Amino acid sequence: MSQILAGDDLHKSFGLTRALRGASIVLDEGEVVAVMGPSGSGKSTLLHCLAGLLTPDRGEVRFAGRRIDDLPDRERTHLRRTVFGFVFQFGQLVPELPAVENIALPLLLAGRRRRQALAAAAPWLSRLGLDGVGERLPGELSGGQGQRVAMARALVANPRVVFADEPTGSLDSVAADEVMELLVDAAREHGTSVLMVTHEPRVAAWADRTVLVRDGVDALGQRLGMASP
Amino acid sequence: MTVSYALLGLLKGSSRHGYDLKRSYDRRFGEVKPIRFGQVYRTLSQLERDGRVEVVGVEAGSGPDRKRYSITSEGVTDLDTWLGEPEEPQPHRQSVLFTKVVVALLSGRSAEHFLDVQRARHLDAMKALTTARRNAATTQDALLADFQLFHLEADLRWIDHTESRLAALAEEVRDVPDPRRR
Repeated sequence: MSQILAGDDLHKSFGLTRALRGASIVLDEGEVVAVMGPSGSGKSTLLHCLAGLLTPDRGEVRFAGRRIDDLPDRERTHLRRTVFGFVFQFGQLVPELPAVENIALPLLLAGRRRRQALAAAAPWLSRLGLDGVGERLPGELSGGQGQRVAMARALVANPRVVFADEPTGSLDSVAADEVMELLVDAAREHGTSVLMVTHEPRVAAWADRTVLVRDGVDALGQRLGMASP
Repeated sequence: MTVSYALLGLLKGSSRHGYDLKRSYDRRFGEVKPIRFGQVYRTLSQLERDGRVEVVGVEAGSGPDRKRYSITSEGVTDLDTWLGEPEEPQPHRQSVLFTKVVVALLSGRSAEHFLDVQRARHLDAMKALTTARRNAATTQDALLADFQLFHLEADLRWIDHTESRLAALAEEVRDVPDPRRR
């Protein structure tokens, strides 16, 4: 497997708080990696730096071999819309848009025609067990349904990497299992890599590999819970 | 103890032969360790002596399996009582983890290292269980894996929690004098 994403010696401070102090991480193509660590360990900051949502103070982020942390904003935004997908803890769906349009959003932002985008979004509904809810607004969905819509939105543009920050954080254990199974299956089917931050070991257990962040340093050195080849 | 109630539960549906009971038991509960024929027949004899099961038919032939057993009304009452009683919570299943942490600190070794390798081992086990659960053929198998997953997760939470309090624990372990020397 070849490397799709790498962060090397990443540093990031917020005021006096040093969130990252030399974290390094590598994500292979098609690999599902869980990032764990106590609150304040810097795991979300690490994810945001890798995804281009934050610029590290020091260190490098490379996507498909190309350095991306020093790209101008516009190019980074383009990258986020075309090759990255995002799932957050509370879905963060647009409340005024029905589910199917929320799913289509990345395609619309990337400039696809509305009809095309909606046509591409529709199959995700049945695929994620969301038949019949496409026209509902986010407020009318259950937590699990909303999170599945958020996942479909993350995957609809066929991204190379999906970033998931506590993707099951607001769900009960049954809904969390469903969401994880769908996420991992969809990622495997498309060869998408997944980097997810979670504090729940049961969620991390879905990943091929778990990485531990502690005190803003890559955990790492050691690859905990590495999958056998 | 549990075996006798499992057999009573299996007999609650219909009367059965010992061999049939063994097969049902193994399918439901025997994944880790199948029950031996000997134990099935010993347990049935004990239950019969206690009046909780009775022999309702003996078929011609030889061997222990010619008897057909049925649960009695005493057996049903006993089963209901057992099912209605809460079990004693057993929070100390992994207390060796706790002991190792304290011994590490007492002897000036790294408790962090132990917690790290233990965490890795637990995560590996959870990953294997998650895979097994995904491939589980029945809800029962899936829930059995879930049972183990939740317990391992509890250990992991304790491991993380302890790691964040190691400094305080180390100080305490160092400072407490041996009471016999007082």
